[in-house]
Amino acid sequence: MVIIKDLYKRFGSVKVLQGLDLTIDEPGIFAILGPNGSGKTTLIKSILGMVIPQKGDISIDGHHVLGQWDYRNKISYMPQIANFPQNLRVIELINMIKNLRQETRLDQPLIQMFGLTPFLDKRLGNLSGGTRQKVNIVLTFMFDSPLIILDEPTTGLDPVALIYLKQLIQQEKERGKTLLITTHIMNLVEEIADRVVFLLDGNIYFNGTVKALEEQTGQSNLERAIAEILKKEYEA
Amino acid sequence: MLKILKYSFYDLMRSRWSYIYFAFYLLLGFVLFFLNNDISKAVITLLNVIIVLTPLIGTIFGVMYYYSSREFTELLLAQPLKRSTIFIGQYLGVSLSLSLSLVIGLGIPFVAYGVTRSSAIWDFTSLLITGSFLTFIFVALAYNIALSFNDKIKGFGFAILLWLFMAVVYDGVILLLMMNFRDYPLDKFALFSMMFNPIDLSRVLILLKLDISALLGYTGAVFQKFFGTSRGMLVSMLVLGLWVVLPVWRILRLSGKKDF
Repeated sequence: MVIIKDLYKRFGSVKVLQGLDLTIDEPGIFAILGPNGSGKTTLIKSILGMVIPQKGDISIDGHHVLGQWDYRNKISYMPQIANFPQNLRVIELINMIKNLRQETRLDQPLIQMFGLTPFLDKRLGNLSGGTRQKVNIVLTFMFDSPLIILDEPTTGLDPVALIYLKQLIQQEKERGKTLLITTHIMNLVEEIADRVVFLLDGNIYFNGTVKALEEQTGQSNLERAIAEILKKEYEA
Repeated sequence: MLKILKYSFYDLMRSRWSYIYFAFYLLLGFVLFFLNNDISKAVITLLNVIIVLTPLIGTIFGVMYYYSSREFTELLLAQPLKRSTIFIGQYLGVSLSLSLSLVIGLGIPFVAYGVTRSSAIWDFTSLLITGSFLTFIFVALAYNIALSFNDKIKGFGFAILLWLFMAVVYDGVILLLMMNFRDYPLDKFALFSMMFNPIDLSRVLILLKLDISALLGYTGAVFQKFFGTSRGMLVSMLVLGLWVVLPVWRILRLSGKKDF
């Protein structure tokens, strides 16, 4: 479904992606892991066309997407930090995005689920970080897109909201969708991810199941396995 | 694009500053028209205000809007929208709402004063058209600057410098050059130098329309001699148009290459 070939991106003199190849051809949950600055967000933003790579090719469903825009209809993206226009009300934002993409009724159950009804008329600038993240979740899951990209989705969520989020993720997976998730919370990865894509120095260090990663590093759980890889990196 | 334009337009229309800007022109218009018996004098005063103020407000609003709507822009970039649609939509939203404040703010007192009976209606209309041109030009220039600098303070600084240069410094430099090289034929140079400053160009355009040669100044006089009144107006309109088209084209290029 998503094929990335030989992707290069640098910001000034900082090389972020260095010839990255990645093929995601099955539905399921893919956890994109890696230390800070390993290029996770850059990779995601390249797929979305927000960051323009110097070299390489990205295709989604067999179409080259660099420089294109209508393919984003197939993607729901949840950005890392929910920065929304400050003086817009929650309901106005939801309606605006609907207006720009397509009509949907899926937003109502989501608003109820996360208890956002009392906040609908509040301005986004006055909301707490967690509430804004809930709005972010509603905006992402209210469309029926085959590819869902979540960048640090758990930031600021309370335990109840976190459970609901995991439910939503599982539900979308069962509908045969592809989900790309970046996170630093290893428990979440162990719990939900089908495959792990581990980025290191702008390239893919590991691509496989959680189990395979544990076996490869000889560790008993994912956190230790990742730590094992990073330790080598810090020593080098 | 219309949707983006609509959102940007309403966003700005709801802000307090649009009202202040509108109210300022409204007040200025009423004061000038009703406390002044000579309408052509009022138009000249308006000319002097518009020619300095619209570029300043256009520059500041343009830069301010770009930086304050960065989150909005990022949200839009993840949607199935073309980049050019997003940025041109925003640009037109800002320019249109500012132009509207100008046209309506000054239009109301003028209508209240009595349009149809006045012979100054065309002078007045050309004044509003030039003011709108300047707004579109300077918002476009401000967007160019804002797109080039991620740092807000730098962007603001350069934008204000640009305005200062165009509104004040430019004329001084040209005058100085002409003083120093007065032994040479400078007609062509003067003509040329004017094309590169939309503020000068607008001033001459209006003065040609008003037919007040005493106020034209050296460059204006050369301009009038070179092109004649009606052809001169046409040429200056065209050049003003170019001043809109080129920066907008550069907005498209810059925004197409930028990382967010």
